[in-house]
Amino acid sequence: MILVIDIVYFLTAAVFIIGLKQMSSPVTAHRGVVWAGIGMLVATLATFGAPDIELGSNINLWLIVVAIATGSAVAWISAKKVAMTDMPQMIAMYNGMGGGAAAAIAAVELVKLSSPETANLDHGLVVQVLAVLGAVIGSVSFSGSAVAFAKLQGLMKKTLRLPAHQLINIALFIAVCVTGYWVATGSPVSAEHLLWFFVLAVVLGVMVTLPIGGADMPVVISLFNALTGLAVAFEGFVLDNAAMIIAGTVVGSSGTLLTQLMAKAMNRPISNVLFSSFGSDGGAAAEEAIEGSMKEIQANDAAIMMAYASKVIIVPGYGMAVAQAQHKLKEMAELLEERGVTVKYAIHPVAGRMPGHMNVLLAEAGVDYDQIFDLDEINADFATADVALVIGANDVVNPVARSNPDSPIYGMPILNADKAMNTIVIKRGQGSGFSGIENHLFYADNTRMLYGDGQKAVAGLIAGIKQL
Amino acid sequence: MIEGFTALYIFMLSAFTGYEVISRVPVILHTPLMSGSNFVHGIVLVGAMIALGHAEGTLELAIGFFAVALAAGNAVGGYVATVRMLEMFQIRKDRSKGATA
Repeated sequence: MILVIDIVYFLTAAVFIIGLKQMSSPVTAHRGVVWAGIGMLVATLATFGAPDIELGSNINLWLIVVAIATGSAVAWISAKKVAMTDMPQMIAMYNGMGGGAAAAIAAVELVKLSSPETANLDHGLVVQVLAVLGAVIGSVSFSGSAVAFAKLQGLMKKTLRLPAHQLINIALFIAVCVTGYWVATGSPVSAEHLLWFFVLAVVLGVMVTLPIGGADMPVVISLFNALTGLAVAFEGFVLDNAAMIIAGTVVGSSGTLLTQLMAKAMNRPISNVLFSSFGSDGGAAAEEAIEGSMKEIQANDAAIMMAYASKVIIVPGYGMAVAQAQHKLKEMAELLEERGVTVKYAIHPVAGRMPGHMNVLLAEAGVDYDQIFDLDEINADFATADVALVIGANDVVNPVARSNPDSPIYGMPILNADKAMNTIVIKRGQGSGFSGIENHLFYADNTRMLYGDGQKAVAGLIAGIKQL
Repeated sequence: MIEGFTALYIFMLSAFTGYEVISRVPVILHTPLMSGSNFVHGIVLVGAMIALGHAEGTLELAIGFFAVALAAGNAVGGYVATVRMLEMFQIRKDRSKGATA
């Protein structure tokens, strides 16, 4: 039986790697995840035959079945029901669950070492250290992801910063290290140390994530994803499970690379994301005086502007996602194309709450691949565009990132929507973006504001174009 | 079973594999891929099952139960979310196929 299980784990690890490889191409991506899913299912079933589980009493077996059923049912229903726009926070939540599971595995093993009867089951120092490392990383990922979820879901204020937050975090980190050291070297492990260790690690995850602004959330979620992978790998060492080591490490390294790609797209080093929050230190003081005023436009006038243009570039952002305006947007683009207007979509790497978020939504609406362009591909195009239609995007088109070195988003590459002949901005109200920075684009001479919910505003534009 | 340097070799090779597998992914697939790798570390379920399997006493059983439930949530939620996202690309592909046919 053990041989069978080992073979299954081996094949599962292989299937995961092949699946991830296939997921990096649009054509094979779906097949890739289905394969990985089958691998996961088979590995789970095979584990029921593991000696640890056979030896366990019936209660353990039943608890496993009930726990799997409970966790699966909750996740299945929530994942089926959630709207595409809320996907980022759901990923954060599922990721946090994985981190929590890794930490809990470590907890079970460490609790075993703390009780006098089982303390003689000494795993050895290396394993104990690895269990502790996995526990810290898993706990931080667990509570950090929960905070990320709460923020994106709008359950929590965007940024929260205690006085001397940095110092508190450093102190917490040291405290986690010290208690972690006690736990890792304890023989038997003190139950009191163990409790403090986990409490401190969970609090550390919360404290690290609290001051991070929403615009940085994609990077943070990706980082936690990589961390969970690493925690799983460490617990794999503890349990002698090669499938966990391989899958966890592969996710850890690919997740780190993905995090770097995202951070690079925002032109912010990862350390910057973690240790300084948007607009915290003198961000308000660095605010420049803004010249001009916001000029409103009616849907009909905006429709005429676009209908008689030769090139329109659409810049979607999170606002489009919230308003579910992608289908209307596609309908409008089709009407414009019938009139001979060239329509392109410009996607900023961090538009929405995750890289590729906008692409997913536009794909949902049926927009063609070859109409969608990256920042690098399209930025030169804005100068020759008659109209740039910014829908629900803000910080990614804020020219302050180019001009004002004091601005918190200075240096972030932006879409040059301000270079277009005319810019129309669809926006719910006059507030500032997620980073809380005023957008100078909205006050520019050639910018017109079309206030309203994204979907209704685009519906207005469609009606306007049809009348012509 | 897996000892000392063997474990380190597995760790190192897996790390490079992860890096290589991802390095040429187009931006449009970043979110599905993050979701997909989120699903892959759901393999923690296997470890959680083993941990609960050999748990003794109320405390260990409770923590183990917690671990298995969370891990199952990670695996199932990650899978459903990824498939839902990727299906959108799928639908679109079918549609364009239908248009050319």
